Amino acid sequence: MKRTVKRLLSLVAVGAMGFSMVGCSSEGENGKVVVYNWGDYIDPEVNDLFTQETGIKVVYSDYANNEEMYASVEPGNVSYDVIFPSDYMIEKMINNDMLQKLDFSKIPNYANIDEQFKNLPYDPNNEYSIPYMWGTMGIVYNKTMVTEPVDSWDILWDSKYDDQIFMYDSERDSIMVALKKLGYSMNTRDKAQLEEAKQLLIEQAPLVLAYVGDEGKNKMINGEAALMLAWSGDAMVMLQENPDLAYVIPKEGSNWFVDGMVMSKDAANVEQAYQYMNFLCRPDIAAKNAEYIGYSTPISAARELLPEEIKNSEVAYPDPSILKKDNMEMFNDPSDIISLYSSIWTEVKASN
Amino acid sequence: MNRKSLAYPYMIWAGIFIIVPLVLIVYFSFFVDGQFTLANYTKFIEDYYIAAMVRSIGFAFVSTAICLLLAYPLAMILAGKEMSNKSIILLLVILPMWMNSLLRTYAWANLLENNGVINNLLNAMGLPSVKFLYGNGGVIFGMVYNFFPFMVLPIYNALAKIDHKLIEASYDLGANKWTTFKKVTLPLSMPGIVTGIIMVFMPSLTTFLITRLLGGGKVMLIGNIIEEQFTRTGDMGFGSAVSMILMIIVLITLGIMSRKGALDEEGGLF
Repeated sequence: MKRTVKRLLSLVAVGAMGFSMVGCSSEGENGKVVVYNWGDYIDPEVNDLFTQETGIKVVYSDYANNEEMYASVEPGNVSYDVIFPSDYMIEKMINNDMLQKLDFSKIPNYANIDEQFKNLPYDPNNEYSIPYMWGTMGIVYNKTMVTEPVDSWDILWDSKYDDQIFMYDSERDSIMVALKKLGYSMNTRDKAQLEEAKQLLIEQAPLVLAYVGDEGKNKMINGEAALMLAWSGDAMVMLQENPDLAYVIPKEGSNWFVDGMVMSKDAANVEQAYQYMNFLCRPDIAAKNAEYIGYSTPISAARELLPEEIKNSEVAYPDPSILKKDNMEMFNDPSDIISLYSSIWTEVKASN
Repeated sequence: MNRKSLAYPYMIWAGIFIIVPLVLIVYFSFFVDGQFTLANYTKFIEDYYIAAMVRSIGFAFVSTAICLLLAYPLAMILAGKEMSNKSIILLLVILPMWMNSLLRTYAWANLLENNGVINNLLNAMGLPSVKFLYGNGGVIFGMVYNFFPFMVLPIYNALAKIDHKLIEASYDLGANKWTTFKKVTLPLSMPGIVTGIIMVFMPSLTTFLITRLLGGGKVMLIGNIIEEQFTRTGDMGFGSAVSMILMIIVLITLGIMSRKGALDEEGGLF
């Protein structure tokens, strides 16, 4: 009996130590805001500026993709105040009742956001989210290795470029490309269409040099491959580093996305979170971020503040008519299809 | 305070960070939304998952064999009496372990690229480029490179403990070098070999990082499938089930190894 008590006591002691460590993180004079953002998705100076201006400490951590973010937010062990999910993930979090409705009277700078980025399908009445950045998906290619004009996804299936193609190690984006090439909606739930997409990706696998993650950017800059599937923001960074590279949105259409700011249901620092969101919507701050990370700001006033070469870039700010085309789509909440996607992808990658 | 109580900190540690997660994995693999089910396990019976498992075992086997073939002679040389500066060589084997294996693997990824340092050197010497990465070769290389020290050290340890008089006795009784090796040195170093095999085979079987960085994401091993379930698909149940299957395979391997009777002897791991 005595032994058990001893053991229990030591357990409690260890637990208490753990809690006290959580409790001792310091706060700014006006409290803190707990922010969870994509890696490399903010100009680091911005958080310091915010603390200087408001006296609110920013507790900042980052994630590599939406799914990773969801997996750590969902159990609710850590309560984040401001999170930056993409469109389809916002929809999923709304559906799962993880977000709180925003009080837009506390975010006066919301008025700066362009109308075309409001009331998008993932948040139809714009109650939960504020657009932060947006972008498109397309092909980055090296003009010294690809001399023909690039305007179609077909080139990623051209055997001329055997071992010269980088794809993303992401089922969602790869299946999107295959579906678009076939002329289907990328949000299809039709099993036969997805089967066709799978066969197409299996057919492509021998031509692919690698399925890359973030390391692909540097490899492409070094001329390791001729073609790569890429987001426009990453393309901006690559094009700046290597002028031989170019970016194109294929004519069959593609994915365009918006990453938003949301407040989680169990946010502990609501007032500070509003101040933080409002701060990021200020044109000078939005411009600072857009210039640093390469993605496109949904705030025209911020775009005006950007250097000429970014402001007028066809990569970051394609002609508005392109986004209006029917074949440019956003992802829906994929919860119902995710396990099929995952098994398609495993099968594709295991095929060679 | 008796001596036993000194073990409490570790027991608490093990309880929180080993036993509890293990129980959670078992739970997640059998229960979906609180209902008992075998669905996570039946999902695994799909030819591409089985193929990934078989491939993983094959890769781990090959890399363990290469490590053993490279490490044994080195360990023998190191343990030999006539080696004068063996501590330097031993240090060179251990030295890379001072740096994080992720960084080292990243470094190799850069060196071995089609456009990387080594291929540029080859081209400068007028030799054709070699495709090192983006396939099975790169993955096996990464495994051998990363886990080689785990093979050398236990074998060296076992060999260094062998009483040299036994070898001399063998020569005195008329055995030649090969017979002495076969009948004396090899059996006595068995515990080290078994430990080395376990220390290399297990991480090779479960790695996902090396496949990712040196295989160009084109090689799907079982570790990658598990990683994907947790970080991307968010299917903790299936990920846990695959982890369980993998653990069972590791247990069987350990069982076979301990049958060899080497695990409880000197130089052994357990």
